[in-house]
Amino acid sequence: MENNAPVISVKDLTKKFGKFTAVDHISFDVMKGEIFGFLGANGAGKTTAMRMLCGLSIPTSGHGKVAGYDITTRPEDVKRHIGYMSQKFSLYGELSVKENLKLFSSIYGVSNADFKKRSDKLFDELGMNDMHNTLVKDIPVGWKQKLAFASATIHIPEVVFLDEPTGGVDPVTRRKFWELIYKASSEGMTVFVTTHYLDEAEYCNRVSIMVDGHISALGSPTALKNKYGSDTMDEVFRIIAKDATRSD
Amino acid sequence: MAILNSLIKKEAYHILRDKRTMIITLMMPLVLLLLFGFAISTEVNDVRVVAIVDRHTDETRDIVERLSVNPYISFKGLASSSEVDKILGTGYADAAVFIKNNDGNPVSQIIVDASNTVVAQASTGYIRSIISGSSSVAPTLTQTLYNPQLKSAYNFVPGIMGMIFILICAIMTSVSLVREKENGTMDLLLVSPVKPATIITGKLIPYFILSCVILFVMLTIAYTVLGLPVSSRIIDVVVISLIYILLSLSIGLLVSAIVNTQLTALIVSAVAFMLPVIMLSGMIFPIDNMPTVLQWLSGIIPARWYTQAMRKLMVQQLDLGYVLQEVVILLSMTVLILAIALKKFNTK
Repeated sequence: MENNAPVISVKDLTKKFGKFTAVDHISFDVMKGEIFGFLGANGAGKTTAMRMLCGLSIPTSGHGKVAGYDITTRPEDVKRHIGYMSQKFSLYGELSVKENLKLFSSIYGVSNADFKKRSDKLFDELGMNDMHNTLVKDIPVGWKQKLAFASATIHIPEVVFLDEPTGGVDPVTRRKFWELIYKASSEGMTVFVTTHYLDEAEYCNRVSIMVDGHISALGSPTALKNKYGSDTMDEVFRIIAKDATRSD
Repeated sequence: MAILNSLIKKEAYHILRDKRTMIITLMMPLVLLLLFGFAISTEVNDVRVVAIVDRHTDETRDIVERLSVNPYISFKGLASSSEVDKILGTGYADAAVFIKNNDGNPVSQIIVDASNTVVAQASTGYIRSIISGSSSVAPTLTQTLYNPQLKSAYNFVPGIMGMIFILICAIMTSVSLVREKENGTMDLLLVSPVKPATIITGKLIPYFILSCVILFVMLTIAYTVLGLPVSSRIIDVVVISLIYILLSLSIGLLVSAIVNTQLTALIVSAVAFMLPVIMLSGMIFPIDNMPTVLQWLSGIIPARWYTQAMRKLMVQQLDLGYVLQEVVILLSMTVLILAIALKKFNTK
């Protein structure tokens, strides 16, 4: 894109819990507007790496910059410029659809005028105009997923972190959700996504595959498939992850 | 500030829209107070007594007469000594009084059914005082201070208040915080620029307000329906209750920092707090009667000090000066627990 500085830049990032090295010297860059797939088996260290990038956990060693801020020294600034969607589509069940959005926009300091504009637009796009006042606990999981994404991006962050955003939803809903991701990316938002669905890896601009705390492969899906001589990302993943010693 | 407002609003919606919890929360203090104030009473009334008299004289008639008119005793008439086993065995009477004539001086013996020790103790006490009243020795005058009618409501109100606040504050705060952990909304807040202190304040304020409403309800009932003496001490009662509410909220916070599921939070709060509060706070069982080890143990139970202070203020009508020890202990517990809870919360 027009701006060549990476939005996420990680160098030798390491996190140790006692003697256990959860994340072991990982390095990568993510460019603006890129959809970056962060794959790995259970226990490979994905979640720990993501928590460090979100400013929730301080690295043991190494450097990382997200949205221009150092994750070790300025985690509070990092938090202001990112969005996060959890794998459980976490939202407040006793609040209505609109109240949830409002809550997150006020947490991120979005002005009332901006909120009105953005939420009206979002409700139109998502087709949620008739469910403003429905309590979130009463809406189907597919809508919850969309709303969770909307809540995570209501403040138009530079990067949005999606932690397994498509777990437990049907293929059609998944497909529709990826359309949302594409749209956000085309508007310049950087998307950092973890997933267990290897077909989704094909939708990413680039993917990294973590095994036992290391990044074992990094590149565009096409490049990786060529490199490992396979037709699908599923095969690539199995070739790379077969030597993994860790699991949950 | 705007963030804190939205967090408080969010929590208030959660409290108000969860009708079932809301009803339980507001009904529980009412029901417990009325139940303990009226229905559950440790006073013993209507002790059924029979008398066995070997030879009637003026003195024995006098005793029987006084047994039969005493309001606490329901006199079941005279019986013969051979019937006593049957009378007590069938539960026709709770106690039998033998009155023998020893050369004009009546000598008495009380036989009592002690299968219920409370009734047994109370009835021997009643009967003894009735009999001794007839002797030539001048009767001992007894004056019951602070609670002249020996109403059990006086005794229970401070205890119930001590229990309710632990129950509502600790359980509700811990469960609602842990629910956010379980649902993952806590992660969303932690990833956001909101400071942990703001998250906690936004959690505590709504429950603090709720607790104040409950305090108001309970004091209203205590001073009107249950007839506790009203005095200027009410201000002290309110202030110390607010400290205790804060302490209970901190305990809830501490629980939520340690456990990870709502169920554990509920069990920990219920078992670790409810039982000791009921058993060891002095609410029902007097602390002085406990084995020394349990007396020490009761010292770490906040409800013990709160209940003690409330008894002094609400029942005895003493000055704030008499409850300084309790206030200092409650305040230090609050500071300590709040500090530990905040530290635990921040390190996550």
